[in-house]
Amino acid sequence: MVVIIFITTTSFALETEKKNHDQKDGGEVNTQEEVTAYIKHHLKDSHDFTFFSYTSDEGERKHVGFPLPVIFWSSEGLVTFMSSEFHHNDDGHVIVEKGGLKFAKIHSKIYELDSEAATVSFDETHHATNAHKVLDFSITKSVVGILFAGLLMFLGFSALAKQYKTRKVPKGLGRALEPLVIYVRDEIAKPNIGEKKYKKFMGFLLTVFFFIWILNLLGLTPLGFNVTGQIAVTVALALFTMVIYIFNGSKDFWAHTLWMPGVPYILRPILAVIELAGFILIKPFSLLVRLFANITAGHFVVMSLIALMVTMKEAFGPVASTGMSLALALFIMVIEILVAFLQAFIFTMLSSLFIGMAVEEHEHH
Amino acid sequence: METLLNDFSPGLFVMQIVILIILLLLMKKFAWKPILNSLEERETGIEDALAAAENARKEMQNLQADNAKLVKEARAERDAMMKEAREISDKLIADAKEDAKEVTSALIEKAQASIQQEKQSALAEIKKNVAELSIGIAESVIKKELSNKKDQLELVEGLLKDVTLN
Repeated sequence: MVVIIFITTTSFALETEKKNHDQKDGGEVNTQEEVTAYIKHHLKDSHDFTFFSYTSDEGERKHVGFPLPVIFWSSEGLVTFMSSEFHHNDDGHVIVEKGGLKFAKIHSKIYELDSEAATVSFDETHHATNAHKVLDFSITKSVVGILFAGLLMFLGFSALAKQYKTRKVPKGLGRALEPLVIYVRDEIAKPNIGEKKYKKFMGFLLTVFFFIWILNLLGLTPLGFNVTGQIAVTVALALFTMVIYIFNGSKDFWAHTLWMPGVPYILRPILAVIELAGFILIKPFSLLVRLFANITAGHFVVMSLIALMVTMKEAFGPVASTGMSLALALFIMVIEILVAFLQAFIFTMLSSLFIGMAVEEHEHH
Repeated sequence: METLLNDFSPGLFVMQIVILIILLLLMKKFAWKPILNSLEERETGIEDALAAAENARKEMQNLQADNAKLVKEARAERDAMMKEAREISDKLIADAKEDAKEVTSALIEKAQASIQQEKQSALAEIKKNVAELSIGIAESVIKKELSNKKDQLELVEGLLKDVTLN
């Protein structure tokens, strides 16, 4: 099923490309470069929600999906319109005019054109020379994914919470969710933070665990979300963890971080710098990069394996290449399902480990 | 690194932070707090119930031991009481036997005495009656033979003194 949908979406191209490039193949992706470009495009956030695209008998690209609101802060203030105005163009050829300002979308980023420019001009490295990025608060596909995951979580767990009012042991979906909550509490929070202090952080840990897990799994569905593979999202998540353990650091934690006892005095300031860098930069960075890289790599590998049926067709013939791609993609997909859980687990685990380090109180002898 | 920074979308970052804060607050209030509280309540409830069951079991054991002890005591008491009762009844019977023996022997003695007495009095009466009868007979006999009554009486009395009636 997943593979079938990906095959369909593999032919994702741009409606207006036909006019500009006069494509003969109707937007098919069948060379190594096109595949790479397509995967890169998928890994980025998108302003449209497209389920799949196809080329009609008249040679016209059709995109099945729905447009999303574009909201951003331009040099003249807030601008809003629907993403359908870009007509699925992503290389800056469609110019949208709002309030005397011209906007173009290049590689999933909204650019504001300089006042005298009529079209976007690019330099050799494909950077826009007469346009600049705007602060984009659009309801992008990732934002839709975040909201969707949040809604799923809220509905699922508030229903579970309600069940406890009438019964001691939940039934239905709640029966499946309850052990997960207990798992996070007993296997992640309690051992790492400690029996006494874990309660305060349960809300954050549970929210983050299920948020990441649901979004990782949504990323594996044919809906094609790549939320936890957006660096902005993982930065925000890691930042939350950092803020929480910095603001909950015990006296002992700060004493040990800033003025390590039992070490020669000359070394203490050096150690303080190293420790501070560790807690403020390195630990959050490891969190955000691990999640981002794993999910991005997962999507990249799955899509590359699906693309094998196109890129290997010349070498092995259509049947062999399709079979190979199907088998490998299925295998990696199963692993990705495991990775989806594993990354949620690791993020939550490390967050609670860092929180545990910060709130720990040493016994003085 | 440059593409990584280029891919970083400040807008998405802000949206993610805002949504996550709202989600955290909502989940905390409507889901995590009631769920964790209920879980804890249930767990302490189960622990309490287990402890209560254990206590009840111990109490039951104590009660059973007490019961056995009570039964044993009651049995011993009953045995003692039975023994005592038997002793008492035996003693009573023996006493009664003794008493009866005494009473009967006394009665026999009394009877014997009264018999003796009766015999004596009967003998005396018989003696008297015999005497009178013999006097009457003798009188009528002697009337014919003796004219003098005084001589005749002296003769009879002399005769009677020699006769012993035993």
